[in-house]
Amino acid sequence: MDMLFLLDKTVIAFIAFAITLLIATYSTYAERKIAAFMQDRVGPDRAGPFGILQPLADAGKFFFKEEIIPNASDKFLFIAGPGIAMLTALMTSVVIPWGDTLNIAGREISLQVSDLNIGVLYIFGVVSLGVYGIMIGGWASNNKFALLGAIRASSQMISYELSMGLALIALIMMTGTLSLKEIVDQQHGMNWNIFYQPFGFLLFVVCAFAECNRTPFDLPECETELVGGYHTEYSSMKLGFFMFAEYINMFISSAFMASLYFGGYNFPFMDSLGLDQNIITIIGVFVFFLKIFAFIFLFMWIRWTLPRFRYDQLMRLGWQYMIPLALIHLFATGAVLLWADK
Amino acid sequence: MQLTNRSKVVSDKNMTLAEGSYLPAVLKGMAVTLKHFFKRPATIKYPEQTREFSEVYRGKHVLKRDENGAERCTACGLCAVSCPAEAITMVADERKKGEEKLYCEEKYAAIYEINMLRCIFCGLCEEACPKQAIFLTKEIVPSDYDRDDFIFGKDRLVEGVDASKRIDITKRQDR
Repeated sequence: MDMLFLLDKTVIAFIAFAITLLIATYSTYAERKIAAFMQDRVGPDRAGPFGILQPLADAGKFFFKEEIIPNASDKFLFIAGPGIAMLTALMTSVVIPWGDTLNIAGREISLQVSDLNIGVLYIFGVVSLGVYGIMIGGWASNNKFALLGAIRASSQMISYELSMGLALIALIMMTGTLSLKEIVDQQHGMNWNIFYQPFGFLLFVVCAFAECNRTPFDLPECETELVGGYHTEYSSMKLGFFMFAEYINMFISSAFMASLYFGGYNFPFMDSLGLDQNIITIIGVFVFFLKIFAFIFLFMWIRWTLPRFRYDQLMRLGWQYMIPLALIHLFATGAVLLWADK
Repeated sequence: MQLTNRSKVVSDKNMTLAEGSYLPAVLKGMAVTLKHFFKRPATIKYPEQTREFSEVYRGKHVLKRDENGAERCTACGLCAVSCPAEAITMVADERKKGEEKLYCEEKYAAIYEINMLRCIFCGLCEEACPKQAIFLTKEIVPSDYDRDDFIFGKDRLVEGVDASKRIDITKRQDR
């Protein structure tokens, strides 16, 4: 039984890993296609039908590019930087509940690698570690532009993590648990948290954009100002790792938002369909991925709509507006909860 | 004073609360991009599709032959003189006996070269030519890797002898 349990988890972990990589790969393709459509262009369409093989061609290109490690750089840290960025990005997928339980041969199999009772906290911790990848990468390059980019990135991520956490505490006060699985289960059917905390969700989305370094908060890598940002000196697959980590972060935060505010694998009328539990679970997984894709589309849609913030505007928005708003939201949620208790 | 009816009054007033939250403007921008998302792309996928050319398009040059298949060019050099980009060079030679079928006059161009990187496709060579020997066609000069490959000699400029290989330039003649 124990061995079977381990086997289940290993299989699920590998599938989650593979799907994360696959979706991150094809996010690059989706990004280019969506950008093209929004600018009345066609986008990549030469590699395979509709350019579907473009990500593979890009990856192949990354592998064959010349590997450059600057003489003045700290070689160990220079190589460790993208590794840390990639590692922390991939680690977060462990606590995401991809689906409800499957019932196979009398055994309940939960479609989640690990149901940590502090899942939300775990994600926060790992995401904060992601800053180190960028910071170390920028520092080890021994390049002023890279260092500036890294400093921008880390101060931005630290600032927005605060209001992100505050927005999330309001949600956790309402749900009363830090386990992602329980939070999702509480939103059974159409009982989604977005209807209770629309403002909290708004705060969270803005912070998620800032955490993922996506436009309008893509200051760390702004090509036009900082040459290339923290990855100025990087080439070949190490640069690929940084970019890939960004897309994985985008996928994970989409999954995180979908499960926190949009009911995860729950969908309306799931009980009244009269279907088998297993089938409901499988539909739920698809519904969950649909929600994730919708969020990824939102990320890209925003990217091709908005210009970048100026750095002082970004910091003012973070410290002078987002944090006070998140605090007010937190207190208001507490007051409402107390009032409802009575 | 107002010079056009499109001028806008600029003010440095403070933003209202709604403007300051950026949200209405963000949503408006998203509506614009979404509208473009469903618009047909303006792209012409070039090698497979080509855009429609004007009947009198000025593309790659052709050196014409007369109805007997003899080259019309007599290497007078007027095209080279008229060329503002100095793209045309030529070397003249005398026709030998037995070459009457190849060249229509006693003098002909042994070497005739146009540097397509210099050429600005103005069509002045065409106007200068007294023998109706050079014309611009609808064909595009293809891209290449080497600068030397853009110097087109007679092998790439003179049209074929067969009726099927003749290039129709009537539209540019009637212009």
